[in-house]
Amino acid sequence: MPSPTPATHNPCLPSANPCPGPGTLRNRALTHRRCKTIPLYARLVRYGFRKHATYVGAALAGAFTNSVFGILRAYILIALWQARPGLAGYDLIDAVTYCFITQAFIGPMQLFGGGLGIPERIRSGDIALDLVRPASLQLWSLAEDLGRALYLFIVRGLPPMFVGAALFGIFVPTDPGHWLAFLTGFMIAAVASFGWRYLVALSVCWLVDDRGVAVLSLVFTTFMSGMMVPLHIFPGWFADLARSLPWAAMVQLPTDLYLGKGPVLETLALQAFWAAVLLGLGALGTRAIRHKVVIQGG
Amino acid sequence: MIELDGAGRTFKVKRTVVHAVRDLSFTVSAGEFVGYLGPNGAGKSTTIKMLCGILTPTSGRVRVAGLDPSRRRTTLARRIGVVFGQRTTLWWDLPLLDSFQLIRHLYKVDRSAFESRLDELTQTLDLGAFLRTPVRQLSLGQRMRGDLAAALLHAPDVLVLDEPTIGLDVVSKASIREFLLRLNAEQGTTVLLTTHDLGDIERLCRRVMLIDHGRLAFDGTLDDLMATAPEQSSIEDVVTRLYTGTAQ
Amino acid sequence: MVRTYFLLVWTWTRASAAYPASFALMCVLGFVTAALDVAVILVIFANTTTLAGFSRDEVLFLYGAAALPFTICDTFVSNIDRVSQHIKAGTLDTVLIRPVSAWVQLTADRFNANRIGRILQACLVLGYAVAALGLDWERTWMIPVMVLTGVVIFSALWTLGGALQFVLTDAPEVISSFTYGGLQLTQYPFSIYGRDLVSGVTYVLPLAFVNWQPGLYVLGRDDPFGTPEFLRFLGPAAALVLSLPAALAWRQGIRHYRSTGS
Repeated sequence: MPSPTPATHNPCLPSANPCPGPGTLRNRALTHRRCKTIPLYARLVRYGFRKHATYVGAALAGAFTNSVFGILRAYILIALWQARPGLAGYDLIDAVTYCFITQAFIGPMQLFGGGLGIPERIRSGDIALDLVRPASLQLWSLAEDLGRALYLFIVRGLPPMFVGAALFGIFVPTDPGHWLAFLTGFMIAAVASFGWRYLVALSVCWLVDDRGVAVLSLVFTTFMSGMMVPLHIFPGWFADLARSLPWAAMVQLPTDLYLGKGPVLETLALQAFWAAVLLGLGALGTRAIRHKVVIQGG
Repeated sequence: MIELDGAGRTFKVKRTVVHAVRDLSFTVSAGEFVGYLGPNGAGKSTTIKMLCGILTPTSGRVRVAGLDPSRRRTTLARRIGVVFGQRTTLWWDLPLLDSFQLIRHLYKVDRSAFESRLDELTQTLDLGAFLRTPVRQLSLGQRMRGDLAAALLHAPDVLVLDEPTIGLDVVSKASIREFLLRLNAEQGTTVLLTTHDLGDIERLCRRVMLIDHGRLAFDGTLDDLMATAPEQSSIEDVVTRLYTGTAQ
Repeated sequence: MVRTYFLLVWTWTRASAAYPASFALMCVLGFVTAALDVAVILVIFANTTTLAGFSRDEVLFLYGAAALPFTICDTFVSNIDRVSQHIKAGTLDTVLIRPVSAWVQLTADRFNANRIGRILQACLVLGYAVAALGLDWERTWMIPVMVLTGVVIFSALWTLGGALQFVLTDAPEVISSFTYGGLQLTQYPFSIYGRDLVSGVTYVLPLAFVNWQPGLYVLGRDDPFGTPEFLRFLGPAAALVLSLPAALAWRQGIRHYRSTGS
């Protein structure tokens, strides 16, 4: 399914970096001081939000597509649950809700890939500029990506939910604690999704042809995450395996939190574990890429 | 070869009507080499597009090689060659030679005629070194020569060029100018050249037309052009005076 | 026109044949991506033996009968949905200078021979289903007919989408929800859908004639929605009925571009 990616932008201009430090550009370039001030990253989240807010047309088109596919998929799941009522502990409403929630996740979690400008910047060499900034490339990218996820949650995530509610009727939690659990899970899922996509993006630096990795990633983020069908209906051992893999943390686990299935704390913990692992691997990858690009000039 | 009679073209830009070309009339006979000048936004590109059939005129009559471009687009396409200076007519991802092959198939050029013509063009435009290079990797000068060859592979009667020497270095400009002169002299191809480069006009065109604000402001020989402002010595000053003159 | 199309396609294929490893990789990747839809069907049937009254092999048959014409069109026609890209880049002008119809040039543009991987996948699924179902041999003549009508219907759908891009230049993704949505819709037996939706795709946008109506005939089944028997054979007529407005819309789109120069 085609999904547009916005043009890359290099905010590596003096005015974009509010991090306090010595006045000269040369000093800033040579200093690997980590600028961990909260205002910087909060600003980046806002920047990411506003950058993607300029592509309203594309986001709305995406919302339309996601809604159409939501309707088509809902019928499939209804037919299945009519043949097997109560399958995997879901009732019919749960199944339909699952369908529209997973469609709503497509935008924020970029389940069909992309959302990061890193691969293009690696190919053009601009990534070297990013790596000498006095802030971590990974955290910088994460902050921007969270801004993007927030924007797409509103513009591309809510419409399919409304369509599902209007045409089929979906389950909506009423308990505030329930909402808190879900929203926490959603945020962690967005971080985990970023973590995975960041690793895939970095791999461009070492691979001649990144299309193989892109397709592999697609298989994981759409099929193994529980987006196409709930992981619970996979055959026995395969379901157990899929549920414990990182991609489940992006879709299936937060969906279960929304539906109120499964233990809340264990689910959040598993999600957080995978988000941390992916970010950790990403940090190692960042170090490796810095070594390759900045020090070796690769 | 080229006939415009009261041709006009309007655009609707946010509720206002813009006259890009207004009551334009001129005739270009076979074998002529005509320069087409005008300030930016004067209507040069619009005229070119109408001649090729990309744009249909809103009023008046346009005939190229006796054909109406808006009605007989595909028939006309076989008799006309076009070079857009600011973008390429070649296929970006393919090697130059593959682009030429595609053109051969599109224009249904006979194989032996194509090969002899390709050899000739490769020689005169010096394409041999980069025939197998993808177009996106070519320098501007190389790409322009490739575009020229592409426009001439099917031996058109008319060649229309929209700012072909833009951005080129002195040497490249000279070689392209020489090529165009020879083409017009030896093959009798009618050439319509749009340009901002007055050096092109001086060296190539016997006849010059100047368009401004959609109207034809001047149509005559190079000598006539210089005579409009006898106190000015350089062609730049003469043309500037004409531009600012028509603006008043 | 057909000859020109295949000559263009051949030139693009030759260009990518210069990189055989990359070509083979892309074939495999196409196969894998397409196989995900089959994986979903298999997972569904790991949990039930019938879906809306159809068995697994019947659903695989319907899937194959939809995927095959779709992947054929995806390979040979789908490039037409890049019209808005061409308009924005100015390359549509380059297309219009040539003495060949814009439709032929645009559908052949950047032809991707490696999409054959997807066609192969669809063939395999269809072949398996036909073998596994033990169909009435006298009815199998309908299968090539339905693939052919499917190709015409999807081509018409893509052409309509391309024509719409002349006016909706900034939202080409909306159109893909109809073309790719068309595949999603036809992958499963229509008995899962609501009556209104099925009527819509039978009488308004005749996607039902890609695989559902003729498929019912091949499978020897009655229509759960109770449509009369003769509808099963109207595939070619439906394809024709859709092609006419598609061709007109395309011509109108080109005319619109040439008269507004947008």
